[in-house]
Amino acid sequence: MSEMLLSARGLRVEYPSRAGGRVRALRDVDLDIARGETLGLVGESGCGKSTLGRALLRVVEPSAGRIEFLGADLTRLRGRRLRRTRAELQMVFQDPFGSLNPRRRIADIVAEPLLRSRGASRAEADRAVSELLDLVGLGAEAGDRKPHEFSGGQRQRIGIARALASSPQFVVADEAVSALDVSIQAQVLNLLSDLVRDRGLTMLFISHDLGVVRNIADRVAVMYLGQIIEVASRDDFFAGPAHPYSQALLSSVPVLRPGPAREQQPLEGELPDPADPPEGCLFRTRCPFATDDCRARRPELREIAPGRSVRCHLPLLPSE
Amino acid sequence: MTSLVESRPTQAEAEAVLEVRDLRVHFDVPTGRLPAVDGVDLTLRKGEILALVGESGSGKSALSMSLVGLNRGPRTHVSGSVSFRGRELVGASERELRTVRGKEVAVVFQDALAALNPLHRAGTQVAETIRAHADVPRATAASRAVELLGEVGIAGPERASRAYPHQLSGGMRQRVMIAMGLANDPAVLIADEPTTALDVTIQAQVLALLKRVQRDHGTSVLLITHDLGVVAEVADRVAVMYAGRIVEQGTRDEVLFRPQHPYTMGLLGSVPPLEGPVPERLPAIAGSPPSGIERPNGCGFSPRCAFAHDACGERPELRRRHGGAGHLDACVLPEAIRAVRSAG
Repeated sequence: MSEMLLSARGLRVEYPSRAGGRVRALRDVDLDIARGETLGLVGESGCGKSTLGRALLRVVEPSAGRIEFLGADLTRLRGRRLRRTRAELQMVFQDPFGSLNPRRRIADIVAEPLLRSRGASRAEADRAVSELLDLVGLGAEAGDRKPHEFSGGQRQRIGIARALASSPQFVVADEAVSALDVSIQAQVLNLLSDLVRDRGLTMLFISHDLGVVRNIADRVAVMYLGQIIEVASRDDFFAGPAHPYSQALLSSVPVLRPGPAREQQPLEGELPDPADPPEGCLFRTRCPFATDDCRARRPELREIAPGRSVRCHLPLLPSE
Repeated sequence: MTSLVESRPTQAEAEAVLEVRDLRVHFDVPTGRLPAVDGVDLTLRKGEILALVGESGSGKSALSMSLVGLNRGPRTHVSGSVSFRGRELVGASERELRTVRGKEVAVVFQDALAALNPLHRAGTQVAETIRAHADVPRATAASRAVELLGEVGIAGPERASRAYPHQLSGGMRQRVMIAMGLANDPAVLIADEPTTALDVTIQAQVLALLKRVQRDHGTSVLLITHDLGVVAEVADRVAVMYAGRIVEQGTRDEVLFRPQHPYTMGLLGSVPPLEGPVPERLPAIAGSPPSGIERPNGCGFSPRCAFAHDACGERPELRRRHGGAGHLDACVLPEAIRAVRSAG
């Protein structure tokens, strides 16, 4: 595999639980992201995918683990070095309404990361903002307006312009197109693909929507209950996931396909309480293939083929 | 309107349970009058799942709320006709509506947390729905409620019936809503984005439940959704809504796989495919849907349509043009142009 831009090792995030204990939102996550790739991070509500994205940018503080980025451990950076490094790491949020300050002009919103992290002058920032607003298809004149004057899709373009302002190397897009209608979602996805390609961006694309991920990601990582349970290339993953949970997830997505609708077997049960996870494999309580061994031993994430890892004692062989 | 009647097989005509004719729902907003629903004809037949598809602002929710008089008020103007087994619901008194709503026509909303009363146990709410329409003792209603919670696939229905809404997961709450909807064995279930807030594995369970209800009880379901995958999974027929009007209507296969209207084609093209080749770029529809009170005089989609021409300045009728007997669309484009478009 090509050069790694970012590598996380043993990343752990814990929150206090209502019962007084600790809930582990990230369970010692290892993750490598290669320079220039888009890694799709998928999973259902509460699986920890947003927490992972935030922990990588130190928006939430990990309680254990390391994040190697540009030769330094991100978790140990402080002060000026942290601020400088932050310019290389940006985020596009889901909510195009909540993430933009309603009282500020678009130009000021977009310029902020440039002024703060890159120490740009006002004139430099103004020029960069005009270019960025053109780049995301809004036009430089949008800079004088305020967020409420824009539709959801346009606000998401503003969020993208802001994320790109400091010329970051790594962008986390957290459900960046999920709140948009499908016709607008397609426009914004196309824009993101173009930007990633033209600017050589590395992106962690977090989404619950597997169709969207298939259309933008080079590789896919699946999370369940705070763990990564499968990592594979996009094509391998969609040809046949190796983890029973990945398979259940993929087969639950309704497909636009002619002919009679399939009679599928939905995955039974619901997510276990993260404060009281099962012994052994975390998925075994819902897994149709679980054995005694799955109760006795918690599986490690292991490589079963080049570039393909799975956290399962009995991985499914990809069907030909 | 006459073309609508002519184009439908007479047998299906006899099976209609809910008939909507020229329904208009206009809201007074600060800038004027918003035509949320702007002349809709729609027929829900006995035992079918009819999907009403559209994006935000298409008017699909305003339409579904108006069917049973759920959006009334000084700023809402509803006209036209909604006929349930021959009874007119538009303009009916609240008292008349209450005899229909929750009994013969039930509604399930997207946001179960907001729709359920946080102060009452799940079982009590289901039981009260039964007692609102049937004179049965409290204890009988309570045990029927537990049965219903079991029928909608809640494991441990006894325990769930004693839980308050916030103690249940999103999927469980949505099942409680569906149990309430089914409490009086309705002829019609209106489900407004019932799975949108749910994760896909839970969505799959709820969709399977809706199909089972349709099959086992012969319930007619009007499913309002923005998700074309969900439509493909469960719908028998589909109506596509844009800017307050139905632009295309037909069987699932006709609308999803032999679409006639450029908006339907564009919408289908915008869905990132889960199978087959991954496109370099998604064929997105340019522009955005109308959001304010301004609507074009003619075809509502013409400002975004790549094939718009002079004839689109007049309002196109929803009628059979090229497809099968029940395949209707509201586009005046000649067939030759559409053929190019759908091949392209």
